[in-house]
Amino acid sequence: MSLKGKAAAIGIGELKPLKEPGNATALELMGRVAAEAIADAGLEKKDIDGFLVGMPFSDPGMIYPASAAEVFGLTPRMLNVVDIGGASPAGMIWRAAAAIGAGMCDAVLCIVADLNRAGDQRVPTVSVQREFEAPYGNIGANCGYAMIAHRHMFEFGTKPEQMAKVAVDQRANALKNPLATFNDKPLTIAEVLASRMIVDPLHLYEIVSPVSGGAAVVVASAEVAKRAKHPPVWILGAGECANHATITYAPSIVESPIKPAAEAAFKMAGLAPKDMNFVCPYDCYTITVIVTLEDAGFCKKGQGGAFVEEHDLTWKGDFPCNTHGGQLSFGQPGLAGGMSHVTEAVRQLMGRGGERQVKNAHVGYVNGNGGIMSEQVSLVLERRS
Amino acid sequence: MSEYIKPLPKPSPASLPFWEAARRHELKLQHCAKCDAFVYYPRYRCPTCFSENLEWRPVSGRGKVYSYTVVRRASTRSFGDGPYVLAIVELEEGPRITTNIVAPPERVRVELPVTVYFDDVTPERTLVKFKPV
Repeated sequence: MSLKGKAAAIGIGELKPLKEPGNATALELMGRVAAEAIADAGLEKKDIDGFLVGMPFSDPGMIYPASAAEVFGLTPRMLNVVDIGGASPAGMIWRAAAAIGAGMCDAVLCIVADLNRAGDQRVPTVSVQREFEAPYGNIGANCGYAMIAHRHMFEFGTKPEQMAKVAVDQRANALKNPLATFNDKPLTIAEVLASRMIVDPLHLYEIVSPVSGGAAVVVASAEVAKRAKHPPVWILGAGECANHATITYAPSIVESPIKPAAEAAFKMAGLAPKDMNFVCPYDCYTITVIVTLEDAGFCKKGQGGAFVEEHDLTWKGDFPCNTHGGQLSFGQPGLAGGMSHVTEAVRQLMGRGGERQVKNAHVGYVNGNGGIMSEQVSLVLERRS
Repeated sequence: MSEYIKPLPKPSPASLPFWEAARRHELKLQHCAKCDAFVYYPRYRCPTCFSENLEWRPVSGRGKVYSYTVVRRASTRSFGDGPYVLAIVELEEGPRITTNIVAPPERVRVELPVTVYFDDVTPERTLVKFKPV
């Protein structure tokens, strides 16, 4: 049995991120995007019978899904927290499709939202990370990605200018996205490289900014999708893989489990990377995009730097990539940062890309990445013509 | 000497021999007889064959920098006392270990040969760091 074409994303909701924590709680933000996504789908709240949610760092707790469902007045027949870091949103999409394909649900609400409170509240880590990582200062995500970037530069000759190009092209996309946090002025490679060095070799403008916000997606069965307001966006392929939690213990720090995840997604879809009209790879850092394009098969291993240098990654370019600006320009509202790649792919495929609409966008690739290139989820999404 | 405010390891029964050895300035790792391979970090079972037969063996303390970063802006206040070199060192015996390189940042590069340096950060706890050979 395959998930191919069993379910479709039919509605989205997304907030314009705020730089400050704001007065609302994460639950309130979840409620807002849930209402927006359900209305966008053309459904009513009573139609929702499945519920997948991400645990907000700002207000975590046990029995989270039932608590949130109670607040929203939902009666789900399947409910779960998905806890695979930044890959959680993409992971929710295929889990929703799997539940629908198995006949357990008809319309699954997937929600993530959070507040920018990383400064005073860190995510609790597992004991092995507290014991063998934290004492040396391997805390947070910056360090791991910086070490990936250094090794990538050493093994493949990847240049700082090539990494910076990712942030620059994605900023050009953000200028056309009213929801993006950083959409007021373009960025140049020189400006990226002149920004403050945070963790060598990564500069400030190569690192996501934490913001407050949220996003939701409704995934529905073919039967429910007939009632949708917008063209359904079908889940054609999905794949997931993890092979480490801390990058030190990964089999390779420059080759990620995106490879098996993407291979599985493309195989299920019966398509290849070259068939994609656009891509939405997770971009917590510039180097993340380069490694993702290599491991997902858009270019050869080690060629990611040259690839982004040679291609125009803007919405009007020859390789549209993160047309919403990526998280680097959109901002990272906790796990909702990962959902921004899903919502953008859905917008593009529904033909709702506005000024940044990719011409003839029929099929797109999304990647969700958790931890330090740890958990990976690849999706192939399609609009049927 | 000011109080040590950085996080300290809290050993588990599986890892206690590692930290006790470090306190004596010895580097010991678990070794799986079946896989003929060293294991780091310490575990209850070999992550490859899942055998419980792991034995503690001394290792050379020599290795090279697999990758590194200079953390100029730390994620937590306790590491806010200036830039530090965080690294992954690949030991001669195979395993990779998260550590610090005790050297000026400009001296550190990928593949730099290093040797173990035991940092007695508190009377009870010694961290396993490395310095250039």
